[in-house]
Amino acid sequence: MNTPLRRISLVVMGMFVVLMLAITSIQVFQAGDLNADTRNQRATFREQGRERGPIVVAGEPIASSVAVDTPFAFLRTYANGPLYAPVTGYSSIVFGQTAVERSANTVLNGTAPSLWRQRLGDLITGRQPSGGSVELTIDPAVQQAAFDALGDREGAVVALDPSTGAILAMVSTPSYDPNLLAGHDTAAVNTAWQELLAAPGDPLVNRAIAGDTYAPGSTFKLIDLAAALSTGDYAPDTRVAAPDVLTLPGSSSTISNPAGETCDDGVTATLTLALQKSCNTPFSQLAITLGEQAIRDQAEAFGWGEELSVPMPVTPSRLGDIESEAQLGQTAIGQLDVRTTPMQIAMVAAGIANDGELMTPYLEATERAADLSIVAETEPSTLSEAVSPEVADQMTEMMVNVVENGTGWRAQIDGVRVAGKTGTSQTGINEGTSRDFPHAWFTGFAPADDPQIAVAVVLVNGADPNSEQYSGGQLAAPVAKAVLEAGLR
Amino acid sequence: MATIQALTPSRSRWRELALLVPAVGVGVYAYLQVGLATGGAPPSDLLMFAGLLAGVGLLVHLVLRWRAPYADQVMLPIVIALNGIGLAMIARVHLGLQGRTRSWDVDPSRQMMWVVVGTVAALVVLIALRDHRTLRRYTWTALIAGVGLLLLPMLPGIGRTINGSRLWVGVGPFTLQPAELAKICFAVFFAGYLVTHRDTLTLAGRKVLGISLPRPRDLGPILLAWAVSVGVLLSQRELGTSILLFGLFIAMLYVATERLSWVVIGGLLSLGGVALVAMNVGYVQARFDVWLHALDPEIYNRDPGGSGQIVSGLFGMANGGLFGTGWGEGYPWLTYSANADMIMPSIAEEIGLVGILAVLMLYVILVLRGLRTAIGIRDGFGKLLACGLAFTMALQCFVVVGGATRVIPLSGLTMPFLAAGGSSLLANWIILALLLRLSDGARRPGASVEATPVAVVSLPPREGVARA
Repeated sequence: MNTPLRRISLVVMGMFVVLMLAITSIQVFQAGDLNADTRNQRATFREQGRERGPIVVAGEPIASSVAVDTPFAFLRTYANGPLYAPVTGYSSIVFGQTAVERSANTVLNGTAPSLWRQRLGDLITGRQPSGGSVELTIDPAVQQAAFDALGDREGAVVALDPSTGAILAMVSTPSYDPNLLAGHDTAAVNTAWQELLAAPGDPLVNRAIAGDTYAPGSTFKLIDLAAALSTGDYAPDTRVAAPDVLTLPGSSSTISNPAGETCDDGVTATLTLALQKSCNTPFSQLAITLGEQAIRDQAEAFGWGEELSVPMPVTPSRLGDIESEAQLGQTAIGQLDVRTTPMQIAMVAAGIANDGELMTPYLEATERAADLSIVAETEPSTLSEAVSPEVADQMTEMMVNVVENGTGWRAQIDGVRVAGKTGTSQTGINEGTSRDFPHAWFTGFAPADDPQIAVAVVLVNGADPNSEQYSGGQLAAPVAKAVLEAGLR
Repeated sequence: MATIQALTPSRSRWRELALLVPAVGVGVYAYLQVGLATGGAPPSDLLMFAGLLAGVGLLVHLVLRWRAPYADQVMLPIVIALNGIGLAMIARVHLGLQGRTRSWDVDPSRQMMWVVVGTVAALVVLIALRDHRTLRRYTWTALIAGVGLLLLPMLPGIGRTINGSRLWVGVGPFTLQPAELAKICFAVFFAGYLVTHRDTLTLAGRKVLGISLPRPRDLGPILLAWAVSVGVLLSQRELGTSILLFGLFIAMLYVATERLSWVVIGGLLSLGGVALVAMNVGYVQARFDVWLHALDPEIYNRDPGGSGQIVSGLFGMANGGLFGTGWGEGYPWLTYSANADMIMPSIAEEIGLVGILAVLMLYVILVLRGLRTAIGIRDGFGKLLACGLAFTMALQCFVVVGGATRVIPLSGLTMPFLAAGGSSLLANWIILALLLRLSDGARRPGASVEATPVAVVSLPPREGVARA
């Protein structure tokens, strides 16, 4: 019986060899795919088990990991959740990461290439690996002022440092509390998620940079003006056609001025006055005269169509297909298919404020290792030369005039020269509902002579035509004023 | 010129004692690491843990010196090492769950109690059973006992259905899986039956296409074994036990008759049986889907019968990679039954490919030692019994690990000595005792074998010599 016993031994060894090959295949060759599988909870646990680095604003952590007695070891906690939610986003064991939590994920969880020295140290000393920290450019006072000024209205504010592109404020309301999504109780997190999805005003959408885009209305006239002045054929005091009613070429549609007002004498007006009173007909006619390409080029010089990452992706603004001079005339006043983000409008103001040099907006100032040594620092960079310094100066003076004598007077600050432009844009959608109310806009910067802060404000469907408060000047300019004041303090 | 060295087995068991030191050390080290990683301090009952393993090892060692001085010296240390690793992982999973309620969670102290129970059973076997050939007297008793044990869960009142399989009997707070013990009874029966009938099975019959076919009436027992295993599968909804019993019988039949035809017939019958059942029982079909398409979202999300458990095991193994996360650093408790059916992926996660291959090598050595014992034994009954016991352990490893690694469909068997579960531990400690007893018989100097005549048994004929 010994021969079959020996054969059985061989069979047994063969069986174990098969098992060993199968295990090797899984743990070595299939491991990469398995670890990357989205259903693999262990990836989340691995990240959560490590101490995630903080997100810091002005030296104070706004998102940090707190050691807790759950299997995840660390609970992500947001110090002032709703205020900073559009910036931090959330880090959830169920829904992953968004916003900075996502864009800076590798730094925060400690796996970024820039943190190699720290990881090597952890490996040698056996220290529990921890994440790096990210310091943001946000100015907490500006952020808070914008958040308070918007209140419970649906809107967004972006504030930039014109000379660097640093984002000083990024607010979107209504907001949400990321702590609700960062919890370790999966069921509670799911419930909170469903409630946020169903909540009015889409709190999970960051209106400042992504998701929805809005017709910019009269703030777009800055583009027409920049294009005109840049040709050299126009000056602030150049008189342009300013009829009460402009019949668009090749169509029966007409454009009239806001509230049917007359701009100057009803025939012509200076560019300065047209901007001051935000007359529609001069800018429509101006754009038609300059041609589509000039408007398109100027818009792109200010960032239209640009796929920015700040580091969160910014939805590119667009002009739409302009198929006729009539459509160009409507595009010129920020209507028809023009769609933009508050970030884009803030960039227009910032470009003008910075002598025509548009800086690339950014949110991350520094990345630091756990021992606080700086491993990466954002160098301000130029996105484009939007206009010449001369044109920028002319536009600055004309925008100061808007605030001092025109539609933007509610943004006046005592002792400070504020430059600005209002906008009230019809949406042309959902007629007959409150969703059809125009968006109220304001963009500007201050001080005009040495700009420290540029701002864009939008109140989504905020201008109820049936009320007294129905224009960007009335609704958005006070918000901008509060933000500018906070930035100058 | 070949030199034949006469092996003079030594009665001293110092080698076993020396091997027990690292064997206990492996488990204690693992448990210490678990405590350090999960609680930041050595576990409070570390000394008790170490004392249990060392005490059990030492006690069995001493009894072996007294009752089976020639027994194999490697088996016991391997089993102590496996027990230690298993206990450490069961404790680790229990700690990882942190009070979350899981039906499969096992308190490590309960498992420690079962180690003691298993040891006591092994000691009883070693002390009471002086010569393995005594067991041959109980050939038919063993059959009745085996079938009885298999049917026990079907009895109303004490039968319990757990996880859809009616495999347990419950008495008070204790549940037992009698199939684990039944396999020992069947090994005894098969060995006794085959050693008596091997000649008729070997020599009678016609040759067809180079394979000698058995006579129809000799097919009886094999058909009976087939019927029992398929019957178990159908009635208790359990694939693993039937594979185990049938594989055991085929292997022993092959060793007894040395004829491949039995293996071919057995293979065809088992394939046919599995196919028959797969077509008729929904859950077996679901297991096949899970086996073949585990990662398909449709199969993964299916409830019930989804592949979540096996895929979670795969994720764990991938997480472990080459060197593992380290004891207490992984997430094995995410997997359903991480301390029993899926304990091998749990171990693979925390000590990596390197560690799990080492654990598998322990099994290889244990099984090959058992088969070596079979070769060394002088009587046919002992050969068959040793072979059956060793092979059943190997087959069980194959079914369990193969199931978790998608070599074969997953079925509910437990890893010998490692997995949580009292019946499995008890049965395997008894198997260890039997193998030690058999190896003592195999290595004991010839004279003493003849000096211990057994009344009922006449020594079997030498191979190839037919009896009339």
